[in-house]
Amino acid sequence: MASGTDAHAAGHAGHGHDDRHEGGEAHGSMRGYVTGFLLSALLTAIPFWIVMGDVFREPTTAAIVVMVFAVIQIFVHMIYFLHMNSKSENGWTLLALIFTGVLVIITLAGSFWVMHHLNTNMMPGGQHDMEQMR
Amino acid sequence: MSSTTIAATDAAHADAALEKPDRGTVFYLREEHHPENGTMLGFWIYLMSDCLIFAVLFACYGVLGRNYAAGPSGADLFDLKLVAINTTFLLFSSITYGFAMLEMVKNRAGTTLAWLFVTLLFGLAFLGLELYEFAHLIHEGATPQRSAFLSSFFALVGTHGLHVAFGCVWLVTLMVQVSQRGLIPENRRRLMCLSLFWHFLDVVWIGVFTFVYLMGTL
Repeated sequence: MASGTDAHAAGHAGHGHDDRHEGGEAHGSMRGYVTGFLLSALLTAIPFWIVMGDVFREPTTAAIVVMVFAVIQIFVHMIYFLHMNSKSENGWTLLALIFTGVLVIITLAGSFWVMHHLNTNMMPGGQHDMEQMR
Repeated sequence: MSSTTIAATDAAHADAALEKPDRGTVFYLREEHHPENGTMLGFWIYLMSDCLIFAVLFACYGVLGRNYAAGPSGADLFDLKLVAINTTFLLFSSITYGFAMLEMVKNRAGTTLAWLFVTLLFGLAFLGLELYEFAHLIHEGATPQRSAFLSSFFALVGTHGLHVAFGCVWLVTLMVQVSQRGLIPENRRRLMCLSLFWHFLDVVWIGVFTFVYLMGTL
């Protein structure tokens, strides 16, 4: 990373708006992008291979594994492509991200929870009603 | 220009302004006023709100995604090879945009434009393939009206595609701006905003191909 910073400094010598780099590596480095790209390529290829090649017998296992890969890849993108760190904009971007993450989790988990219960309890002629009729 | 000189000039101008208030005192700053540019944070907040739009669409798909109404299911419709190619296009466009940003840092307008153009080609290829997929689905009778699954599918994937389309329009606009005015600070800021936008769309696509295509095929 040190060489990347030096390159920045050299590239910016002579015109005066390199102030933005104070908040950390705003643009990333060649090494960072290539690392991120290789990791994402790998993390994309494996789930596709799992699903297209029917690697797991249980679909549930495959689904969980694929989701874990997606979460890891999202983190890779956040770090290497979106350059998330705790220092950029004095930590406000990270705080906004965490806040959004909490909201997203509430939205998704809440929707699935409520709608699942609606489906099982209120579906006319559903399994629940059938069991009560017996 | 140090902050003390700014303060001194400000004070001098303020005195002048007190004497002649309606002449419209103008302040000239030789540099960007402050390194803590609010634009990037503001744009990030916008992206987070966009993230919530996608979260709602994902929730919709998660709730309705198995309601086929006796119509075709994801396993019947999705062509994973096509999706894999599309994912590759988007991933390549992400790294070529990254190269454009690195060239921008080195202050080379020509190569920046070249990499932006490559990014645009990948973006358009992605859109072309997605439109081909949609046309194919609609031709097969799997229209958004067919079932709740297909409604939520078209809403989610279509919204992402629309974002990529507008990203491409933005990319062309910035290419024109950079070719006409060069890598001025304003254009650098705009390019950084689009960089966030573009990489963010790639992150959303991870969710789409995992949650919709891969898990829909299982």
